[in-house]
Amino acid sequence: MLRDITIGQYYPVESAIHRLDPRIKISISFLYLISLFIVKDIRVFGLVTLFLLMIIKMSKVPVNYILRGLKPIFLIIIFAFVINLFMTPGDSIFHYGIFNITIQGVYQAVFMVLRLVYLIVGTSLLTLTTSPIALTDGIEHLLTPFKKIGLPAHELAMMMTIALRFIPTLLEETDKIMKAQMARGADFESGNIFNRAKALVPLLVPLFISAFRRADELAMAMEARCYRGGENRTRMKVLKYEKRDVLAGLVFGLYVALIVGLRFIM
Amino acid sequence: MSITIEHLDHIYDKGTPYETKALDDVSLTIETGEFIGIIGHTGSGKSTLIQHLNGLIKPSSGKIVVNDFDITAEKVKMTDVRKKVGLVFQYPEYQLFEETVARDIAFGPENLGLDAKTVEAHVKEAMALVGLDYETMKDKSPFELSGGQKRRVAIAGVLAMKPDVLILDEPTAGLDPKGRDEILMQIKQLHRKNKNTVILVSHSMEDVGKLADRLFVMNKGQLALSGTPLEVFRESEFLESIGLGVPQIVKLSEALIKKGIAIEKEIVTVEDAKQELLRLLGSK
Repeated sequence: MLRDITIGQYYPVESAIHRLDPRIKISISFLYLISLFIVKDIRVFGLVTLFLLMIIKMSKVPVNYILRGLKPIFLIIIFAFVINLFMTPGDSIFHYGIFNITIQGVYQAVFMVLRLVYLIVGTSLLTLTTSPIALTDGIEHLLTPFKKIGLPAHELAMMMTIALRFIPTLLEETDKIMKAQMARGADFESGNIFNRAKALVPLLVPLFISAFRRADELAMAMEARCYRGGENRTRMKVLKYEKRDVLAGLVFGLYVALIVGLRFIM
Repeated sequence: MSITIEHLDHIYDKGTPYETKALDDVSLTIETGEFIGIIGHTGSGKSTLIQHLNGLIKPSSGKIVVNDFDITAEKVKMTDVRKKVGLVFQYPEYQLFEETVARDIAFGPENLGLDAKTVEAHVKEAMALVGLDYETMKDKSPFELSGGQKRRVAIAGVLAMKPDVLILDEPTAGLDPKGRDEILMQIKQLHRKNKNTVILVSHSMEDVGKLADRLFVMNKGQLALSGTPLEVFRESEFLESIGLGVPQIVKLSEALIKKGIAIEKEIVTVEDAKQELLRLLGSK
């Protein structure tokens, strides 16, 4: 059951998108998120769809694998859809009791769902095509200019690396403890909310203990290898922009120009 | 409690690049009261196999029947299955969570819906079985115990549910030799006393050779060999080719046979070897 979570997971294949410099991928993803909020007309999402499909095709990640990442937020999507459908004032097309659906409501609901889905798909494309190490490396580089104002860029990146590194470990651990307690007759799946919360104690206590133990061991291991933060640290793989990164930047620039342009035209 | 497994397959992460076939057409039968050893290299599918036996994971295809009761069928009440088949995981001490030892052990029987008195009786009995003194230990926090004691508490937690089939996944991993011998002894005694079915998963040939009536050797998700320890250890070359070995004492007897020394009885345990060697020396 926990194996279904694909958010933040890396999909290891060789592709043009995988090879891109993480800095350019992070920047593009960030600007892409903003671009989604520039879109005001639903027809412009056609362009976004094309752009996303192009990237997905190039990234060689199966579409259903990406869509699986939407599962955890399925409820939120439904919620956004329903709220917008019923709460938007305008010309009524369906009316029953307190329920009132307007043409603007339908438009707004579809619009919001598309925006939410594209937000998730876009960002999961970043993590699916960028290994956690490359990702944090990129973030550290992008944050370096802020070091001057006292931002601990290296430490932040290290924290992220460690956090990402431990997601699968902790998931695995959760799965194991859950199974062990289920073997002792624990029931995590039925009962009311109160009972379910209580049923989590046998899971959470061992999980926290093991997380602290792991943190302790990791700190010790880093200490033993003389880790002293980012000062004077050099890296084995130095990030370097290539031709393809420039090309990716240009293509994305074109996309942004189109989105911004269409906003003023439509 | 007999267990029959028919053509069991299990595939992890189907449809992703991480897809792996953990079990490949495994069929086997375990009779009531047998002491079974399952051996295999890391990743050979032994842990996946035993998790199927109490319904923790569902097979991709195949059938498991525990005592005429098909646990792979739809709509089976899993609590019924888990009452019958107790599973002690690897490093079970990491599942302890209660404030006191007694309450932690009581977690399983309480989940079975037993009344307080029966639960207490089960807890006492389970603690005695693993060699923990009820009066001195019951109110201690499980987290202040030593590693070996924690392991016993965790094993007692499963024993207190009184399962007909007891499965132990590497119960001695990470213990010192003394702790290992004690736990194995207790498992052996338990089996002798209660006559229940015990399945011991291990990669130590010495341990399973000493204890089990019958061995199943797993390799790459398939059942590679099965038979009594003696029969299995005869295939020492094959065992070595799949990354397993035979107990040193079996190697010794092989070496003696090669040297032309007439060993009459085949040797599996150190005790066998001692008797046979004494006999040989005495006959000279």
